Amino acid sequence: MATATLPAPAAAAKNRSRHHRGTARWVVLALAVLVAVAMLVPFLIMLLNAFKSPADYSQNGPLSFPHEFYTEGVKNFWTRVNFPQKLVNSIWISGAVAIAGTLLSLFNAYAIGVGRVKGRLWIVTLFLLATMLPQEALIYPLFTMASDVGLSNSPWSVIIIFTVIQSAFGTYLLSSVLGTFPKALLEAAALDGASRWQVLWKVVFPVVRPTLSVLMIFFFIWTWNEFFIPLVMLTTNDTQTIPVALASLQGDRMMDAPTTNAGALVSLVPAVIFFLLFQRTLTRGVTAGSVK
Amino acid sequence: MTLESLERADGASTTASPPAGPTRPRRSRPGWVPYLPYLIPGAVGFAVVIGIPFVQNVILSFQKWKGGMAPHHWVGLENYTNLLADEQFWTSFRNSISMIVAMVVVPTLIGLVLASVLFDYLGKTFGSRSAAVLRATYYLPQILPVAVAGVLWNWILNAQTGAVNEVLRSWGVENPPNWLGSPTTAMPSVMLVLVWVQIGYPVVVFMSALQRVDPELYEAAELDGAGWWRRFKAITIPQIRPETFVVVLTCTVAALKVFGPIYVLTRGGPESSTLVPSYYSYLNFFDKSKVGYGAAVANVLTLVIVIVAALILIMQARYERREEGR
Repeated sequence: MATATLPAPAAAAKNRSRHHRGTARWVVLALAVLVAVAMLVPFLIMLLNAFKSPADYSQNGPLSFPHEFYTEGVKNFWTRVNFPQKLVNSIWISGAVAIAGTLLSLFNAYAIGVGRVKGRLWIVTLFLLATMLPQEALIYPLFTMASDVGLSNSPWSVIIIFTVIQSAFGTYLLSSVLGTFPKALLEAAALDGASRWQVLWKVVFPVVRPTLSVLMIFFFIWTWNEFFIPLVMLTTNDTQTIPVALASLQGDRMMDAPTTNAGALVSLVPAVIFFLLFQRTLTRGVTAGSVK
Repeated sequence: MTLESLERADGASTTASPPAGPTRPRRSRPGWVPYLPYLIPGAVGFAVVIGIPFVQNVILSFQKWKGGMAPHHWVGLENYTNLLADEQFWTSFRNSISMIVAMVVVPTLIGLVLASVLFDYLGKTFGSRSAAVLRATYYLPQILPVAVAGVLWNWILNAQTGAVNEVLRSWGVENPPNWLGSPTTAMPSVMLVLVWVQIGYPVVVFMSALQRVDPELYEAAELDGAGWWRRFKAITIPQIRPETFVVVLTCTVAALKVFGPIYVLTRGGPESSTLVPSYYSYLNFFDKSKVGYGAAVANVLTLVIVIVAALILIMQARYERREEGR
């Protein structure tokens, strides 16, 4: 089809493009690398200035190499924010949401995709709509609700909220995956006398495990990066997550250039480590899902 | 990818499920009933976290309430009629268009070109490794929390101590602009940051989409003497149209909802030049204590998002039908 729509301007064009390729390809490569450098520059500037003393910064500017390896910025930020505490908060909230959200998605999708419950199209549409809802349209009632049940300023409120919000997307995705689950496997298990619970864990779960692990990683990263709901729900210093803690230091007098950069650097390190750890799983999971 | 699979699930469901009619329910216990318990946790969670709060928010929008112990006053549609005359409200939605340009239009267009150049040109002439490294670099801003990116850029663009202005001053510029602090430059600066944050997403999605395109299409086109631009127009764009729709849909919804970057970069200022609906709603809720008004803003935003998303989905369905008709 595609070739039919292409007019074939004979050998002349071919020669021209071949001829062109010699230098053209270097130009194209240079442009692509230029874009990559533009993407990297903010990171490089951050690295350069995270370990530069304030005096060095004001004297030699942001582009110079630091004269000495200055670590006060990192130390300042670390102790001022009580970073280990924020790290634990973030890990606890994101980890709990990743596990609970995936489990909830699996249950929903089992009923919708395998059980084919009546009105499933409506259910999936409802979940899809929920993923589009701006959090502002829920936040005030949620805020009041949390204080009514004694969960104000508690990580549990954030965990419950994000478990449901993330599982809205998870249900939507998993339902379509389980909708194509091989019938033969289910029937064989039923013939063997397996209950629905057993089928879920012994037949369905092992097959969709790659998809579930991808979902879990997504949920973790998304919850980790969330800003609005933690900002509103976690009102005191000791319950905050890393992004909220960093943002709430803005405008603070101790946030000089090195401390700001050190703070940004320290705050993004966990995200980068997590990404590097699970990058393999992500790509493998995605391809495993699509091949099937 | 996900939309496609939903379509598939829809198709399967219409063939597998019995036609909804009066004959069916009379039968004793259809096969799906025993699966209902599995929906209970999801249904309860959905009701508590999304359903009930959303309905409450709609009710709030018909009230005047200062929050806390203050009395609720029923005012009907007053909040909504006030919105229509509220200059800031209109500004916030006008700024949403800039958000869509910065988070959808520019990244999608650049992403299409970059993905195609990496896949169809650089990957072939310099090896797929170089393409993978470049792709990872473009994706880097996507993995860091957007609030962290915002704090970093806030410093880079800071008028007094920021990196950009320090450099400009060292080059002899007397009065470098106050990038985030002046109404004329704030929005372009925010847009630049958002483009930087967003670009990796379409590149990665489009590159994985290109992997499922039959390589013979490209080979045949190349043999016919089609250059990169021809192949881009005739193969790449039509072949990855489904993914393009997914990217446009998800990014548009995200652009309409954007909050974090605005909060850390400008707080909607200066002079509302970067105010967006979600931040305006937040401002009314927690800063001005106009809870009913904030709820009304959030509801209008919800409505706009649903309408825009529906339009994109309808467009996609129409394209798909036209493709099938061919």
